[in-house]
Amino acid sequence: MIDTSTWRKGDVINLTGVVYTARDAAHKRMQEMLERGEELPVDFKGAFIYYAGPTPTKPGQVVGSIGPTTSCRMDKFIEMMPKLGIKGMIGKGPRSESVEKACKKYGLVYCVATGGAGALLSKRVKKCEEVAFQDLGCESIKRLEVDNFPIIVAIDFAK
Amino acid sequence: MKNITTQEISEKVSLALYEACHNLNSCTLNLLKEAHSNEEDITPRTILDQLLENAQIARKEGIPMCQDTGIVTAFVKIGRDVHLEGDIHDAINEGVRDAYEKYYLRKSVADPITRLNTKNNTPAIIHIDIVEGDNLSITLAPKGAGSENMSRLAMLNPTDGIEGIKEFILKAVKEAGGRPCPPIFLGVGIGGNFEKSAEMAKEALMRLNPSSDPTIAKLEAELKDEINKTGIGPMGLGGKTTCLGVFINTFPCHIASLPVAVNIQCHANRHVEVVL
Repeated sequence: MIDTSTWRKGDVINLTGVVYTARDAAHKRMQEMLERGEELPVDFKGAFIYYAGPTPTKPGQVVGSIGPTTSCRMDKFIEMMPKLGIKGMIGKGPRSESVEKACKKYGLVYCVATGGAGALLSKRVKKCEEVAFQDLGCESIKRLEVDNFPIIVAIDFAK
Repeated sequence: MKNITTQEISEKVSLALYEACHNLNSCTLNLLKEAHSNEEDITPRTILDQLLENAQIARKEGIPMCQDTGIVTAFVKIGRDVHLEGDIHDAINEGVRDAYEKYYLRKSVADPITRLNTKNNTPAIIHIDIVEGDNLSITLAPKGAGSENMSRLAMLNPTDGIEGIKEFILKAVKEAGGRPCPPIFLGVGIGGNFEKSAEMAKEALMRLNPSSDPTIAKLEAELKDEINKTGIGPMGLGGKTTCLGVFINTFPCHIASLPVAVNIQCHANRHVEVVL
């Protein structure tokens, strides 16, 4: 299990572990499911949510180009995130104050990957499997196994 | 009179979109290298390193530089002595459809209300102009939403002058912060009216050189310096490089108006011109 409690803002981390992609449409759908009291189709426990929607995978590739999308569009879903049991979120750009507060309160980290480095980041994905919301196309939830995936800590939860 | 078929146009458009999404143009590449050598801190250097490596991988392995392969804008200049065999809109859209399917580009275009994806990245946004000569030139810009969403338009007071214009532009850049994937390029349209200013801002990004008007070129350089002083830096994590270029287009406007549009562009500034 990755220990994120020692991560500090500005740290450059090479992440090896499990990451799930989810962006606008997947967040909206998950929130609606939780509101209806339904169970989510994925167990995110101990993993990271990556705000990303890759290009289609070419034959012979693990995954297409897969850089981060702008995180602030997902700020409105922050209340839901601790319920998923995740370690943190990966995206790009600043977050709102409510996200900072939630990170501190629930022990989450927010990290930034380099926007526009989708080709480089695709090489650090060792396995990719679509696990939910297939109908959302590039916005479906995909389970990624990443190896030395470069991220920079933007929000930590140090007291 | 030169005859150009829709098939020729579609083929060129498709190839140009591959080029734009995979091969960072040499001018931008040099600006990124220069930025890398100017930075001292680890964070901006790490990010710029990644962008340079990314450009290499994208070109060599045929992987799109960015997963957001954009919605396509096309600036079309049709020579008066060109005869088009077929509809130019259909020809360009066919090229878009072909490229996004064939080259495994992300289809990112949806109905604004139902949010249903059109599944082939059409329609493109097409601006047509008639010019002298017998050439057909099409500049294609597949532009991502991360930067586009940070664009702003203001109808300023005519008496706000240059200072008011600068203030508005700097405010837009500061509010955008790390969201549009800085280091950014900035397209600015000053004057005209509401829609003209926005179109000029987008079209200004298709330039690689400073304005030919010395007053405007000076304003471009000053704005670039001021933006770089904000310290926003690569990806908004701090640094000396926030802006790689400012391009301003102007047009006369009403005595009571001063429209200013700011179109923010990411560090790749993807666009390719094809001439038939």
